[in-house]
Amino acid sequence: MNLHIDDHKNGDSSILKLSGEIDAYTAPRLKEHLLNLIEENKEVQVDMQQVNYMDSTGLGVFISALKTSKEVDKTFKLINLQDNVYRLFNITGLNEVIDIENTVRGGM
Amino acid sequence: MNEPFDFIEMKVPAKSDYVGVARLTASGLANRMGFSYEEIEDLKVAISEAITNTVKHAYTEEGAGEVTVGFGLYEDRMEVMIADYGGSFNLKSIKENIGPYNEDIPISNMKEGGFGLFLIDALMDKVEITNNNGVIVLMTKYLFENEVGRSDDQVSTTQ
Repeated sequence: MNLHIDDHKNGDSSILKLSGEIDAYTAPRLKEHLLNLIEENKEVQVDMQQVNYMDSTGLGVFISALKTSKEVDKTFKLINLQDNVYRLFNITGLNEVIDIENTVRGGM
Repeated sequence: MNEPFDFIEMKVPAKSDYVGVARLTASGLANRMGFSYEEIEDLKVAISEAITNTVKHAYTEEGAGEVTVGFGLYEDRMEVMIADYGGSFNLKSIKENIGPYNEDIPISNMKEGGFGLFLIDALMDKVEITNNNGVIVLMTKYLFENEVGRSDDQVSTTQ
């Protein structure tokens, strides 16, 4: 019941790899980390492959991230979401506003 | 009407630290009842949302109170109650006091976690909220044992 946050820098873009659960307990730390990363990088991808649980607190974090990325003119996207996590974006309609890429890109 | 059911009650400090513990309990109970993987995920999210709301809104100072979570396990459904006051549940009187979802609850209260209540409503089969003497959320998820697939998962085969 924790969230592991790990970022990999690659030039002026960054990949944030998350592993664990995003809820009211873990979201504040994720939010701080993610918003800083967006300020500092041109592009941030959040790899959600190892996130097996998320609720609306996670949606809140990504809404903030989207707002920040628009303000500072940066790119922010979510990749590799598990079905149960993607479903929440779908139900709430947030998949229409947040850039989500669900296929694993080759050549990592 | 004496419908048999098992009742499990837990009380945790109103801190975000314990949302995961309640969620894990819900998952274990739902698994035992035979809910599907997707339904268990729905229950976990709905229960976490309700507790998170309580932790955020019921107490001005985080950790100042307790959240009581009650699980009623019936033959055909799970009923989950989440109350923001410290006292134990009196199942019968609580159920008598609960009406349909009350639209008077200000949306502004839910703003920053704005999708919480929406998700509870979307993921559970029935949701009732009562608001005197602390907020109580009662939500129900039915067990459809013989259903092969859920309608939203079905692929249309009409040609």
